[in-house]
Amino acid sequence: MNRYYWIVGAFAALVALLAVGLNLNPRDVPSPLVGKPAPAFKLEVLAKPGTQISPADMQGKVWLLNVWASWCVSCRQEHPILVEFSKKVSVPLIGLNYKEVRGDGGFDMAKLSAEEERKLAFERANKWLSEHGDPYTLTAMDLDGRVGIDYGVYGVPETYVIDKAGVIRMKHTGPITPDVLGKKIMPLLAELAK
Amino acid sequence: MMRRLCALASLILALAMTSTVGAVDSATEAALAADPVAEKRLQGLSEELRCLVCQNQTIADSNAELAQDLRREIRTMIKAGQSDQQIIDFMVARYGDFVLYRPPVKGVTLLLWGGPVLLLLIGLIALVRYLKRRAVRVAAQEAPLSADEARRADALLKELDSK
Repeated sequence: MNRYYWIVGAFAALVALLAVGLNLNPRDVPSPLVGKPAPAFKLEVLAKPGTQISPADMQGKVWLLNVWASWCVSCRQEHPILVEFSKKVSVPLIGLNYKEVRGDGGFDMAKLSAEEERKLAFERANKWLSEHGDPYTLTAMDLDGRVGIDYGVYGVPETYVIDKAGVIRMKHTGPITPDVLGKKIMPLLAELAK
Repeated sequence: MMRRLCALASLILALAMTSTVGAVDSATEAALAADPVAEKRLQGLSEELRCLVCQNQTIADSNAELAQDLRREIRTMIKAGQSDQQIIDFMVARYGDFVLYRPPVKGVTLLLWGGPVLLLLIGLIALVRYLKRRAVRVAAQEAPLSADEARRADALLKELDSK
C-alpha cells in the first residue's frame, strides 16, 4: 500500500512541475542588458528630420525607451496607456521606431532605395502618431533595426527604464499593461528619481 | 467555379512559395559563391544560435525577420575579421544565454544539465530496490513447506482422493 502512495506522490510532483512550467511565459527571457549601460546610438529624430538623438543626451535624467512600429499590433494595445502616462508623468518617454518599413513585410525592399525607405518610414510613423496620439518626447528612427539588435529587441513592443547614469534598470518585453505600469515601472521610477 | 477557385488558390500558393524561397536562395547562393569559407562559418555559427522569435529554431533554420537580421550581422562581423567567440559573445551580451543552443554549465543551468542524470539515478535506485524486494519475495515462495503447511496440504489431498 505504501508503494502506491509513493507513486501517487511522484505523479503529483510531476503534475505540479509541469503546471508551473507550462504557465511560465517563454517570451520572458531575462535580458543581460539590465544593469549595463544603455548601448549608444545616434539616430534621426522623427519630428525634426536632420537632427539626431543619442542616449548621451539623456544623461542625468531617468527616462523610458519604448520600441514601437506602426505595423506592430501589440503596440496599438499598449498605446493608450503610454498616452495616459505621458500626460500624468514628466519622465521623458523616448520612442524607438523599429524597422518601420522593412519590418512591415509588405514591401519589396529590393525595389526601395534607402532614401525612399526613409521617406516612407517618416510618413508612416507620423501618420500613425497623429492617428493614435503621440506620447513620445521624441522618436528616434531605427530604419534598419541595427540599434534594435544592440538593445536585444526581439518582440516589439519593448520598454526599457534607464537611470540617471545611463544604466538600463529594467526591460519589459511585450505590451505594457496597467498592471506592469503600476506595479513595476512606476515604483522603479519613484525609486530612481530620488 | 470550385475548380477555378482551387486553381487560383494553388497558383497564389505556388507564387508565394517561389517568391519567398527564391529570394532567400538566390541571396544565399550569391553570398556562397562570393566567399564559401565565410558562408561555412556563418552556417556553423547560426546553428549554435537560437532565434528568439520562433524559439525552437536556430537562426540558421528560421526565416523570421530577426534571424535574417542576425545572419546579416554575423556576415558583417565575419567580414570584419571577428573570431567565432567574439561573435558568440556579441550575441550573448544582447540576448543572454538563452540565445545559445548549448547553454553554458553554471549555477542557474545546473538543473538543466544535471536533471536528466538525477532522474536516471532516481530510476536506477528505484529499479534496484524493486529487484531486491522481488528477489526476497521469490525466495520466500520457493522455500519448502513448513510442517504445518505440509500437514494441511496432505489433508486437502486426502479429501480430494476420498471424493
